[in-house]
Amino acid sequence: MSALALRGVGKVFNPGSDQEVRAVHGVDLSAERGEFISVIGPSGCGKSTLLRLIGDLTPPSSGTVLVNGKTPARARLDRDYGMVFQSATLLEWRRVQANVELPLEIMGMDAAERSRQAAAMLELVQLDRFANHYPWQLSGGMQQRVAIARALAFKPSILLMDEPFGALDEMTRERMQSELLRIRAETGTTVVFVTHSIPEAVFLSTRVVIMSPRPGTITEVVDIDLPEPRSDDTREDQRFFELLTDVREGLRAVEDS
Amino acid sequence: MTDRPEFLRKVYFRLPAIGIFVGGLIVWEGMVRIFDIKGFILPAPTAIAATFATETSDLLAAGAGTFSTALAGLLLGGFLAVFTALAAARWRFVRDGALPFAIAANSTPIVVLAPIANSWFGLRSPLGSIFVVAILVFFPVMINLVRGLLSVEASEIELMESYAAGRLATLWKLQFPHATPYLFSALKVAAALSLIGAIVKEFFGGSQERLGQYITTKAGLLQFEEAWAAIVLASLFGIALYNIVVLIERRVIPWHVSVRSA
Ligand SMILES: Nc1ncnc2c1ncn2[C@@H]1O[C@H](COP(=O)(O)OP(=O)(O)OP(=O)(O)O)[C@@H](O)[C@H]1O
Ligand SMILES: [Mg+2]
Repeated sequence: MSALALRGVGKVFNPGSDQEVRAVHGVDLSAERGEFISVIGPSGCGKSTLLRLIGDLTPPSSGTVLVNGKTPARARLDRDYGMVFQSATLLEWRRVQANVELPLEIMGMDAAERSRQAAAMLELVQLDRFANHYPWQLSGGMQQRVAIARALAFKPSILLMDEPFGALDEMTRERMQSELLRIRAETGTTVVFVTHSIPEAVFLSTRVVIMSPRPGTITEVVDIDLPEPRSDDTREDQRFFELLTDVREGLRAVEDS
Repeated sequence: MTDRPEFLRKVYFRLPAIGIFVGGLIVWEGMVRIFDIKGFILPAPTAIAATFATETSDLLAAGAGTFSTALAGLLLGGFLAVFTALAAARWRFVRDGALPFAIAANSTPIVVLAPIANSWFGLRSPLGSIFVVAILVFFPVMINLVRGLLSVEASEIELMESYAAGRLATLWKLQFPHATPYLFSALKVAAALSLIGAIVKEFFGGSQERLGQYITTKAGLLQFEEAWAAIVLASLFGIALYNIVVLIERRVIPWHVSVRSA
């Protein structure tokens, strides 16, 4: 059973009106458990919408979505998803630690276990020293790391991440990338990852999906056959540079069309 | 840090307000003396202060009675408002059914119920006053809280949905904390309303040991210093009640922009 199966998936906003937008159109995509799919494409090409369709935050206008063999609604109720949005969406009245504990609280985990788990996740994103701060006392990048810790805290079977590292500096970003790969190797999590960075997409993924706008559709899928496990050496690999070029050319074709 | 410079800094920032207050009292006193203004129009501040000394026990008894009535009404109306608002946020039909009437009621001068309350609860019962105050407080608190409960960001709702959080969990962990600043800003208005309600209700009769009756009686007897002393006392109680709400607010929502310290 594949972790993800999209067949002819489309999304039209405001159909029939003069504001009609075909945000996603005729998308076929499937992923095995543990795969890492990056979605890349120009702004407004429907990447976020695609993620929201998978995550049951918006219903498709056409086609079918299956997640772990279930409807997205079922998968959501089964708490299969961990989501990181384009903005951190932290609750401002909760301190950092309590923000990370939020999903665990909702899932009914006992307080001691919850606090242990959240502390471990904060250590992972190197924010353990800020556990007692409020979100507004953190920088944008730090807030985003809290959001990542929160999404990882309950070990979801599928992670949906929308430009999660966009607000981070290059070094932190690379460290977070390595951590994400480590967590995925440990937990076997399937990841769908939206990004604007070609090196990031190539370094992280098993496949890179290139999208074009109006209507938002998949134009090319690049298989990333880099050796596992990926490490800092991967970034120096000859093959890494070839794949960067492949993805860049795929994107250029989109821009030119 | 509670060191001296911090304290002095606070005094420094209060200086303009203190100056205006003291200056205002001096001008008031001066006007009364220079133009020989009669006591039934405006007594001098010193005369009012002197009355405080002679009438202390009567004033305090009346003040305590009114203050406790206002507080009881504020608590009762506040609690009812919170429960109604939570129900309105949770169930659409409660919201659609109750909210239009609440908004209509909120734009009427509810305090006109004061003379009627006597015939419902009896002239001497404190329940009449508590009832008027509670109704007066109920509507603004309820409406503001509902507004707060419903004004959460769509992205925050989606976050809760992504965890498959139930309606109650969303209400309790997202909507209610988000709405607490709305609740407190309504309670600050309600604190003032509660004293207004209590005193206006007392104008229409009831126990002598209440500020409203004290003021009407003394004014009727042309004892204007006493009446004015009661008016000053009512103002002080209003300010006190407001500040109690502010103190609680600081403790409950230290995270909010209106409260957070740098
Ligand atoms: N709720 C909505 N209502 C109407 N139109 C929408 C809505 N959400 C997205 N769209 C439209 O769908 C298209 C795709 O938007 P989407 O947010 O998926 O783009 P994106 O690829 O994530 O862009 P970016 O890289 O800038 O984040 C855009 O044209 C946008 O205007
Ligand atoms: Mg987007």
